[in-house]
Amino acid sequence: MFDFSIVTNWIHELLLSIMPEGLAIFIECVAVGVCLVALYAILAIILIYMERKVCGFFQCRLGPNRVGKWGSIQVVCDVLKMMTKEIFMPKGADHFLYNLAPFMVIIASFLTFACIPFNKGAAILNFNVGVFFLLAASSIGVVGILLAGWGSNNKFSLIGAMRSGAQIISYELSAGMSIMTMVVLMGTMQFSEIVEGQANGWFIFKGHIPAIIAFITYLIAGNAECNRGPFDLPEAESELTAGYHTEYSGMGFGFFYLAEYLNLFIVASVAATIFLGGWMPLHIVGLDGFNAIMDYIPGFIWFFAKAFFVVFLLMWIKWTFPRLRIDQILNLEWKYLVPISMINLLLMACCVAFGFHF
Amino acid sequence: MEYKDRKYTYLGSLVHGISTLTTGMKTSIKVYFRKKVTEQYPENRKELKMFDRFRGTLSMPHNENNEHHCVACGLCQMACPNDTIKVTSKTVETEDGKKKKILASYEYDLGACMFCQLCVNACPHDAITFDQNFEHAVFDRTKLVLKLNHDGSKVIEKKKEV
Repeated sequence: MFDFSIVTNWIHELLLSIMPEGLAIFIECVAVGVCLVALYAILAIILIYMERKVCGFFQCRLGPNRVGKWGSIQVVCDVLKMMTKEIFMPKGADHFLYNLAPFMVIIASFLTFACIPFNKGAAILNFNVGVFFLLAASSIGVVGILLAGWGSNNKFSLIGAMRSGAQIISYELSAGMSIMTMVVLMGTMQFSEIVEGQANGWFIFKGHIPAIIAFITYLIAGNAECNRGPFDLPEAESELTAGYHTEYSGMGFGFFYLAEYLNLFIVASVAATIFLGGWMPLHIVGLDGFNAIMDYIPGFIWFFAKAFFVVFLLMWIKWTFPRLRIDQILNLEWKYLVPISMINLLLMACCVAFGFHF
Repeated sequence: MEYKDRKYTYLGSLVHGISTLTTGMKTSIKVYFRKKVTEQYPENRKELKMFDRFRGTLSMPHNENNEHHCVACGLCQMACPNDTIKVTSKTVETEDGKKKKILASYEYDLGACMFCQLCVNACPHDAITFDQNFEHAVFDRTKLVLKLNHDGSKVIEKKKEV
């Protein structure tokens, strides 16, 4: 199994041999930041392309196919178009909040993104309350959305932002609860330990029924939290013409768009880490030969395969179901998901207490 | 609709909801793997097949002797809600001394046509029809005013009853 910390340690030693420790750590921080931004951009390109293709296939059409082979540089063209657009502000908008909002959304998305363990030894933020940090950081995004709605000086944007706020805050409850269910099973909140704990079977197999219920609840809540899928009510094109980001043009809108797609990936990769074992290969207890073969596949391939599997699952849901009304959304959350995840938490606690898990 | 006459309990509606959602997902994944219906238009111009009922341009079919069916009655012109059709007729004298109205020119403004097919329905002789040609783009509006009857064409004479 490839351990990424060998590389990072080697870089650290190399830098220490030519400069003082403080400077070395500073340079490492900058390098990590640059890598993070690069990975973010690459993933955004892949996700937007994937979304358009998958959407097309679900609607029995081909999707982008004009620019480049199979439309592969479509996203690059989109970004170029977006960057050359003029950024203008509506009359009477709150300049500071209007400009701040996209960055709040992006910052929340980056902070959450940094928590995710990509490979063995390749976790950027890895401390003992990682799950807590992730939940806290991801909820900064809603502040950005509310600021965008308020700062735009547009009633429809404000309605969109309020809807989004109501939706995200509601669904954070069941998302947090389903993660908590798994924390009960995992016994730790540190991402590296969570993944190590799945060496003898992924948690979705180990926790069987309560874990599967938690997985489904998490997928629904996560999908709602990134304003996607059947829950894309905050940007309901038919009623609000794009909701909270109506008044944004050019890259201001681009940041919201980017954050939405990366939040999708973050939700998927958290699901992959907590339920499907993150970078941990598929191990079956007793089959040592099989486990050894699985170990030859590098961890980040496992991680990205699982994450993109969940992304596909979420896109499948998005392009299948019609949009929900606001009362249906809140009904689903408060009448169904919250009670189910509460009972599920209890069930999981019983399972762990009596040792019903594998 | 259904929930009004059939009352579901809390758990019943949950199970019902999940089962309908999985039905939807099953359908959409079938569509995902189905053959795509996209037509790649400029490339497939040669093998492009339009539907029979497709309304492209109004046209007046002529036979090999440069003859058409139009008797210049002007019903199409009256049926047209947009005044896109202008039938000009002239009166000629036949060999046996009778006066007869024949078609001089049939002008059709494609730029104002809304493809309602009322003119085709109004025509008692099936002289006009919509063809499949849909590539209408030109740089000058005047080019959209088309003359449907060919030069020197005449109406197909009905065979004299013996």
